Amino acid sequence: MNQPTTIERSRTAEEFLKGIWKENPVFVAVLGMCPTLAVTNTAINSLAMGLATTFVLVFSSLLVSSLRNAIPKQVRITTFIIIIATFVTVVDFMLAALVPQVHKELGAFIALIVVNCLILGRQEAFASKNNIKLALADALGMSLGFTFALLCIGVVREILGSGSLFNIPLFGSGFEPWVIMIMPPGGFFTLGFLLLFFNWLQKRRKARQESGRQSTQYEEAREFL
Amino acid sequence: MQELLWIFISALLINNFTLAYFLGLCPFLGVSGRLETAFRLGLANIFVMLITAVCAWGLNTYILPYAPYLRLISFIIVIASTVQFVEMAVKKLSPELFRALGIFLPLITTNCAILGLALFATNKGYGLVEGLFYALGAGGGVTLALVLLAGIREETKVLDIPKLIEGTALNLIIAGILSMAFMGFAGLFSAAG
Repeated sequence: MNQPTTIERSRTAEEFLKGIWKENPVFVAVLGMCPTLAVTNTAINSLAMGLATTFVLVFSSLLVSSLRNAIPKQVRITTFIIIIATFVTVVDFMLAALVPQVHKELGAFIALIVVNCLILGRQEAFASKNNIKLALADALGMSLGFTFALLCIGVVREILGSGSLFNIPLFGSGFEPWVIMIMPPGGFFTLGFLLLFFNWLQKRRKARQESGRQSTQYEEAREFL
Repeated sequence: MQELLWIFISALLINNFTLAYFLGLCPFLGVSGRLETAFRLGLANIFVMLITAVCAWGLNTYILPYAPYLRLISFIIVIASTVQFVEMAVKKLSPELFRALGIFLPLITTNCAILGLALFATNKGYGLVEGLFYALGAGGGVTLALVLLAGIREETKVLDIPKLIEGTALNLIIAGILSMAFMGFAGLFSAAG
């Protein structure tokens, strides 16, 4: 009896998977833009930012979900923010102690995770209304999706802007780096074109579904005749 | 005096909060559809930034030396309560301004540009007056970027744009071009020696 039923398990899996692709926080919902663009000039920075956000989101969701019946409705946003700020402080000090180099490069943007609308959004929309297991699945999925999106942007920008990936040079000495890609405008351009690509994917899928529906209708009609 | 001017110009143009640091992008992309609202949001930003600069300086000088780990938490609480307080004060003192700012005043709490300002100003070790000039420049820069993007977006509404690129993708590419233009201001410093 302790085994979760199939329906329950599939619900958890669904909450986990939706953040990665269907409701990807960056490409679909366009949330948490500041860190997305500010720190993605190299793949390593993107990964560090993604992991830091994962830590904060997962632990905040856990805490908020377990306290969800104790938090008064009127002060919930303030409570969420204080919980998030606590975990961000933890991550800030942790990174400073473990990887000082990365911490220096990310600078104030680690602290700015506090105001990442993705995290507060998940607390308000999901963790404060669901049990711990679902909240954990949702937080993990969302942060994986966020990290994936950051890596996408970081990889594109590092390859084009410095001709390397994870600090390993990819091209010969004849490569002329496209410096603008690691500067601020490159962030806007890369995300703009990635969004364009995702729009195109979505449009194509919709068109394919519609044509599929038409063909089945056509077949039904033929059978009817 | 000259140094204060440089802090102001640097925050306004060279290290523009929106276009160089990517702070406050949510309102930048969300409410820049109309010139009028963009301008008002910018004003609300400047207003809250000035107050935040004073609070951040006070906290940093008198309280945080004793408890450095409280930095983030105290900043965010101060910003949230300041915004709430400012909203009440403005409503009482100047209903006209309150109506003009509307919903944007409470929304500013979750604007990363405000927390960013408090963090950057204290990281740089600015005093009270320097912090105020920094806030004025940063707020002005955010307003400038908002108004520029809103102006361009109003123009694109009457253009024949492919359906696929409409919306956020187009806004980001416009912002990229604006950001490229602002990179030109980096020459100001070297020109002045």
